[in-house]
Amino acid sequence: MSEAAVRIVDLHKSFGDLEVLKGIDFEVQLGEVVCIIGPSGSGKSTLLRCVNRLEEPTAGQIFIEGEDITHPDCWVDDVRRNIGMVFQRFNLFPHLTAIENLMVAQRKVLNRSKDEAEKVAMANLERVGLVDKAHEYPINLSGGQQQRVAIARALSMEPDMMLFDEATSALDPELVGEVLSVMRQLAEEGMTMLVVTHEIGFAKGVADRVVFMDEGIVMEEGPPSQVLVDPREPRTREFLRAVLEEGI
Amino acid sequence: MNWWRSLSRRRRGEIIRIVIYVIFGLLVAGLVGVIASRWDIVQDALLKPDLIKGLFPEIITIALKNTIIFTALGFGGGLIVGLILALMKISPYAPIRWMSTVYIEVFRGIPLLVWILLIGAALPLALGIRFTGLYTKGAIPLGLVAGAYMAETIRAGIEAVPRGQMEAARSLGMSYGQAMSSIILPQAFRIIIPPLTNELVLLLKDTSLVSAVGFTAQGVELTRFVRNAVQDNANATPMIFGGMVYLFVTIPLTQLARVMERRAARAR
Repeated sequence: MSEAAVRIVDLHKSFGDLEVLKGIDFEVQLGEVVCIIGPSGSGKSTLLRCVNRLEEPTAGQIFIEGEDITHPDCWVDDVRRNIGMVFQRFNLFPHLTAIENLMVAQRKVLNRSKDEAEKVAMANLERVGLVDKAHEYPINLSGGQQQRVAIARALSMEPDMMLFDEATSALDPELVGEVLSVMRQLAEEGMTMLVVTHEIGFAKGVADRVVFMDEGIVMEEGPPSQVLVDPREPRTREFLRAVLEEGI
Repeated sequence: MNWWRSLSRRRRGEIIRIVIYVIFGLLVAGLVGVIASRWDIVQDALLKPDLIKGLFPEIITIALKNTIIFTALGFGGGLIVGLILALMKISPYAPIRWMSTVYIEVFRGIPLLVWILLIGAALPLALGIRFTGLYTKGAIPLGLVAGAYMAETIRAGIEAVPRGQMEAARSLGMSYGQAMSSIILPQAFRIIIPPLTNELVLLLKDTSLVSAVGFTAQGVELTRFVRNAVQDNANATPMIFGGMVYLFVTIPLTQLARVMERRAARAR
């Protein structure tokens, strides 16, 4: 069997006295789409941020394609260039145009020529349907467009996997759809994806597996047809009821 | 004082304003009157036309030019020193932060004039150093001290850039240095252009302090130049006119800074 894309072993993370992750174990296989759901403060985002070491784990191990990225010898920049990340607040570089946002890391990190970086950037803007906005600054784009540029920016590094940290939570409701459809399309292309989301509908339709987290542990995981439709744990049931009611 | 209390708040404000206008008007009128009544004497001592004429063209081609060169060198050096200090100040390593703090405190806590005398005169005397270059002994203390002042401004600019920017850059695989230089600093400097312009004006005025150490005839800046002219002619006219030349440069700069500040405030 080939190595898992991500293997997390007994991961702990504390901020001061507050233990946010209390021993997480799970795996993401290559090409798999895993959605992490759970109440706010359950540690979902912290878990995701540990996977590319934006947060330093307090204890435990994380293996990316077999390599232990928590090992002191591991060069974190090399890990990150193979993992794309999409943030809740987009975090586009406001002083650069859309296409420059896509080019800067290609040029600096991958040492691509200007022409090559531009070609890759254009292809990825095409993928998210924003070729006509290539030379706009982020401030002139809608939230949905900014998030699609942010996805294209991550894709321009040709990552092996993508992390989505509540990518649609900061969007106006009418703009959520365009971002989800780009994510859906990515999933269909076979991208390995780890998605922290409140969009239960998206998880149901796209995820291969759903992980329900609460209070720093994985309460329940399995195929969406089980976790989201007929959950074992009462805590999961409660959460889903609250989320779905809010949705109506 | 009962009638005063019986007035409305607005009416009281009006009265106070009128009183201020009257006092100010009387002062100005008095001053103009005194000057006008003795205009011959005043003009002869403070604004003698042929003395002003005699200052040209050197007051521009040498003195103002050198003031601007000292300002530019001090500002450029200050930016480099300030940037290094600012980056040290946000370092995760406490000793590096301390070194930066010590530098900033020492260079801000001792007057610029003392630094100029120390670096421009005392140290060369003691150590037998000779500065080559027309501007070096003035530009070095200006840059070292300006850097200490700019460091806090630059650090504030860096910290004003949202944290997500660094995270986004790092998540793309950029190193700390790459993220700093191509993502954070360009945004930080945009934020601090207005305060930096104010520092530029302060520095421009402070270049007058380098007049305390000697420069060759080709190296004199504005203050030294007009001071020499005052001594040569036993007349204050050159100093008054020199002050005007400073205003001629500083007022447009402060206005520019104000415009940029307002624009930056609106952009937020």
